[in-house]
Formats: sequence, structure tokens, C-alpha cells
Amino acid sequence: MTIPKEKLLRAYRQMKTIREFEERAHAEIMNGQIPGFTHLYTGQEANAVGVCEHLDELDTIISTHRGHGHCIAKGADVIGMMKELFGSSEGLCKGKGGSMHVADIEKGILGANGIVAGGPPISVGSALAAKIRDNGRVAVSFSGDGSVNQGTCFEAMNLAVVLKVPAIFVIENNYYSEHTNISYAVGCDDLKARTEAFGFPVFMADGCDFFSVYEAAGKAIEHARAGNGPAGLFAEQGRFHGHFVGDPQYYRAEGELDDLRENSDCLKVFRGRVTTDGEVSHEELDAIDADVLALIDDAVAAAKAAPRPTAEQVVEDVYVNYGNA
Amino acid sequence: MPVKTMRDAINEALHQAMAEDDSVFVIGEDVAGCNGSQGEVGSVGGVFGVTGGLYKAFGPNRCIDTPISESAIVGAAAGAALVGMRPVAEIMFADFIGVCMDQIVNQMGKFRYMFGGKSTCPAVIRFASGGGFSAASQHSQAMYQILTAFPGLKVVVPSNAYDAKGLLLQAIKDDDPVMFFEPKALYQEACEVPDEMYTIPFGQAAYVREGDDCTVVAFGQMVPRAAAAIDALEAEGISCDLIDPRTTSPLDEAAILESVEATGRLVVVDETPPRCSLTADIAALAADKAFHALKAPIKQVCAPHSPTPFSPELEAEYIPSAEKIIAAIKATLA
Ligand SMILES: Cc1ncc(C[n+]2csc(CCOP(=O)(O)OP(=O)(O)O)c2C)c(N)n1
Ligand SMILES: [Mg+2]
Repeated sequence: MTIPKEKLLRAYRQMKTIREFEERAHAEIMNGQIPGFTHLYTGQEANAVGVCEHLDELDTIISTHRGHGHCIAKGADVIGMMKELFGSSEGLCKGKGGSMHVADIEKGILGANGIVAGGPPISVGSALAAKIRDNGRVAVSFSGDGSVNQGTCFEAMNLAVVLKVPAIFVIENNYYSEHTNISYAVGCDDLKARTEAFGFPVFMADGCDFFSVYEAAGKAIEHARAGNGPAGLFAEQGRFHGHFVGDPQYYRAEGELDDLRENSDCLKVFRGRVTTDGEVSHEELDAIDADVLALIDDAVAAAKAAPRPTAEQVVEDVYVNYGNA
Repeated sequence: MPVKTMRDAINEALHQAMAEDDSVFVIGEDVAGCNGSQGEVGSVGGVFGVTGGLYKAFGPNRCIDTPISESAIVGAAAGAALVGMRPVAEIMFADFIGVCMDQIVNQMGKFRYMFGGKSTCPAVIRFASGGGFSAASQHSQAMYQILTAFPGLKVVVPSNAYDAKGLLLQAIKDDDPVMFFEPKALYQEACEVPDEMYTIPFGQAAYVREGDDCTVVAFGQMVPRAAAAIDALEAEGISCDLIDPRTTSPLDEAAILESVEATGRLVVVDETPPRCSLTADIAALAADKAFHALKAPIKQVCAPHSPTPFSPELEAEYIPSAEKIIAAIKATLA
């Protein structure tokens, strides 16, 4: 599979943007500038970008509590997102949602989601709309290895098959749901077979390799877009941070994090491959790095200077219309 | 007497109940922690640290980690209780009641009635409840007012470490399903808590303050906040009764009515939105049964009719403040 150079550079820029967004968010959380519970996506960037590079604005995604990466990959405004994390009234969700509820419906981002496996059924609804409208759109739900044991996940998968809708279930296996390993939480030995037993194909990807994810996601999305019903994509890749910022991470093996950062870093893997192939030069990637750093600096500065919400805004946006109340 | 946080008091109650009765077990997500990983199983002890040490003390059959499957967790507790065990299930955030509502409401809460009084379901479900952490709309709700509406469930909301221990020990002994809501804003709050086991009966309110001018009824994390408001008013010569019902079902109606009869004024404080709420419920109780004693309109201090916002400024406006409680008390005296 050959990917045009322009797309390669774009993919790198997206992954780098997610990485820097997360690392700066981490720093600002440690500084006490970002309130609430924040779950960082660092390390898993190739999953979001490898999938979303196959989508346009009319396709939808739905995300999880660990949602920043998916939203950026699908085109969310990075400055609006940073403002949202800071709780500004100029944030993407006016400071109402924060990290766990970043959304941009116009860009096909149906929201990060604070409820594990809250997303898959909603995504099936978006896929159903695509089927009824017969418009060739697909709906992707991202969810974690922990989400696959939730009833809503099973129900959504089966319904998608029953209705034969273009839903893609992306399961990101980062090995842990909070402090529990997938080997404990999933009772069977073969999650792929368990999922395929619902009646759709599951494609496997190495989540630290953009090319692997891009290729497997391409197959899954093509399957769904062509009207064959749902498809699955499993991508395996550890996260570089704790479950949430502040997690003591007792579940890690000795040296696990160092090993991940050293040997399973999608940015390093990508750079190594495209520069070895000679498709892209280090200088070109370095220039993107510099751009991205400037963008994130701007985003943080803008977020710090952005207006704060005011008391009367609490009751705004609950309904479209609530009569005379 | 030793001083303990609410977290430690609840943990102690669990240790003691499990040591005393081997039909008691805990089940939930990461109540042990690290299962399947390279880390030491049991080293987490719950996301809020409430079940710490239970795995080590009682082993994998009595401190049980589950997949993320709230309906199955609650259902398993219900079923085990139906055949005589005394499970204590943990649902990490009370908001996740949304995921397992059927098992709570249609199943465990109704067994006894539907089965003609021939069954018992002595299960406890523990929830971390309430706002104050900028945790936004899906991780901040109190939720206890919702379950209070369902006959068949008992609902407990402790406001301090002492009550938490005694109420939890009662909940575990109780033969009915008990929904135990732990205001997460109070986990770190400490007070004197005896080492030995003791129970606090359900349906008995606590008098947190005693005064003449106004009755204040508050729940959960609003209790210390209402106490602070009342203490601040002392300098202005205003004194209030502060009643903490401790259990919302059963509810100690007599304590509330007796106080309202004496003061003639009522302020009800809760962190939930106003519709179908405990503040509306208590206000209706007083209007119905103590109307002639009232010298002023009843005041409800509660959240607005909106989900919980993320931004700290918005959340500070959302959850009743001591200032709003003070203003409400003064309004009844105006
Ligand atoms: C219904 C529900 N149960 C529990 C939680 C608490 N929780 C938040 S994230 C999480 C782990 C999710 O693991 P996984 O799906 O693997 O996603 P990851 O965090 O690894 O990205 C849990 C248990 C929740 N948010 N919603
Ligand atoms: Mg995971």
C-alpha cells in the first residue's frame, strides 16, 4: 500500500499534535491549571490517526473518557479543546463538558464519553442514519479493552449486525482497564473470535505502527462503507501515562513504561520508517514538530487568557427550548 | 477516641463485618486491583481507596474484582443475597446507576414484595456520590434522591465518618437491600470513630445543631456546609436546628416535624436539582403535616434544573454554597 506523501506528513502532524497536546495538558494538570479528571492518550496516537485518516467530516466518531486523541484526529479545533480543558466559556463545549466530554458535532465528533461503553450504541444510531439515508457514511466508535465486557457493547454489536449498518467498532487494547489487566477481565482466550462470533470481521493492528493501523482500519471501513454491515478493528498499544493523572500504576511490570516509550513509540516508529524509505526527510518532520509546538504553546496561552464562564451560564444549554420556564 | 476519616471508617466497618460473618463479601471494579497484571493483587483497594486491605485479609473469594459490567455486578449481588449471602457491591460512581438501574430497581428492590414476603435480599450497594471535583455531568451526581423514590430499597447517606461506620454496619446486618451513598467530597473528612463495632439504626435523624429560630434539614455533603452556615449566623444572634436524616428511606419524619413545630421555619438543603427531589419531598412533608406551625414560606436550597457543569466556576454556582444557605435562613426570618 502506498500512501501519498502529503497524507504521510498530515498523519505525522496529527500524531505529533496529539502527543504535544497531551504532554502539555499533563504539565498544566500538574500545575493545577486544568481541573477535573483527565485521562491522557499519549502513546496511542497511531490508533486515532490511522483510523481517522480514512474519514471525512460527514463520517462520525464517538470516543471515550480518553478522548483527546480521537477528537484531534477527527479535526477538532485544538485551541478550542485546550480552552475546554481549562474550563473556559470559549471552550469547544463552553466549559460545560471538560476533558471527558469534548465534542464537535459539525465535525462528526459525537463526543468523548464518561461512561465506559456508552459510545457504541450511539455510534450504531449514527450508522443506522447513514444506512437509512443511503449516503455512504460510516460511524466509528472507539472504546477500550475494558469496554468489551459491558452489556451496551454486546448489544450494540449485535444490533449492528441485525440491522447491517456501517458501524466500525474500534477496540483499543492498552492492556488495562484502570488497574485490571485484560487477561483477567476478558474471560475467554480469544477476544477476536468472541467478537467475530457476533457476525462481523475483526481486523488486527499493531497500535504503535501508523501503517499497520491505517491498513487494517482501511479494510474495516471499506467493509462497512461497501454495505456489508459492521466491522471491528483491534489495535494493541500501551499508554504512556497512568489511567488518570495521578495514578500510582501499581499494575505495571518493572521497566514496562521505559520499554513502551523506548520501543513502542508511534512517532519514533513512523519517523524511522519514512526516513529510511527516503520518502520524507528528518528536516520535514522537524519542521512539523516546530509548528506543532508553536500551536500548542498558542493553545495553552489562549486557554489561560480565555474568559471564564459566569454564573448565569449554568442553566444555559440544558434544552433547545423549555417553554416559559 | 481515635480520629478517622470517612474513608478509613468505612474500610474498618468492612473489615469488621467480613471478619465477623463469612457470608459477607465485597465485589466491584478494582476493589482489589491489579488482577491479571504484574503488580500485587489487592494493592489498589478501590479507586477511592475504600476497600484497601480486604483482599489481603480475606482473599480472592471475598474481595472480588470484576470486569466493567455494572449490571452483572449488581445482579450478582442481588442473586447471592437472595440465596443468603451478604454481598457489599461497589459501584464506583453513583452516576453509573444509569447502567445498572434495572437490577437495582426492578430486581433487587422488588423481590420481597413480588414474592409475597417470602424472600430476603440482604445486599448492600456502595456508591461514591456527589459533586465538587469538576468531574462534569457523568461523574458528579448525588443520585440518592432517585433511589429514594423506589419502595423496597433502603437508602443511606452518611455525612461524617462516625455515622458512616455505624450505618454501614447496620446496612450489612440489615435483611433488606440497602443503597449506601458515600459523598466523595467527605472521604477525607475526619472525626472521632470508636474502634469497636456499633450500629446506627435506620430512620433516626441526627441533630447536628440545636437552635430556636429555624429548622435546617440537609443531606450528605450539605450537612457540614449547612453547619458552617449556621455557625456563621450565631454571631448575628440567629440559632438553628440542623437535622441530618442520615437515611432518606426510611425517613425520620417525626424528628423533622418536631423541630419545625418548635421553630416555625424550614430550610431544606441538598446538592441535587429541584424537581422530584428530597428538598421538595421534605418541604411537602412540612406543608402537609406542620402547616399551622409555619411562620414563613419554606425555602429549598438546591442545584438548578441542569446537569452538573465541568468548569469550577460553574460548579461552585451549581452546588449550594454556605452563602446561599445563609441567605435562605435569613429569608425565612425576614
Ligand atoms: C460504566 C462505567 N463504569 C466504570 C467507569 C470507571 N472507569 C473509567 S475508565 C475505566 C477503565 C476503562 O478501561 P478501557 O475501556 O480499557 O479504556 P482505557 O482507560 O484503557 O483507555 C473505568 C473502569 C466508567 N467511567 N463508566
Ligand atoms: Mg484499556
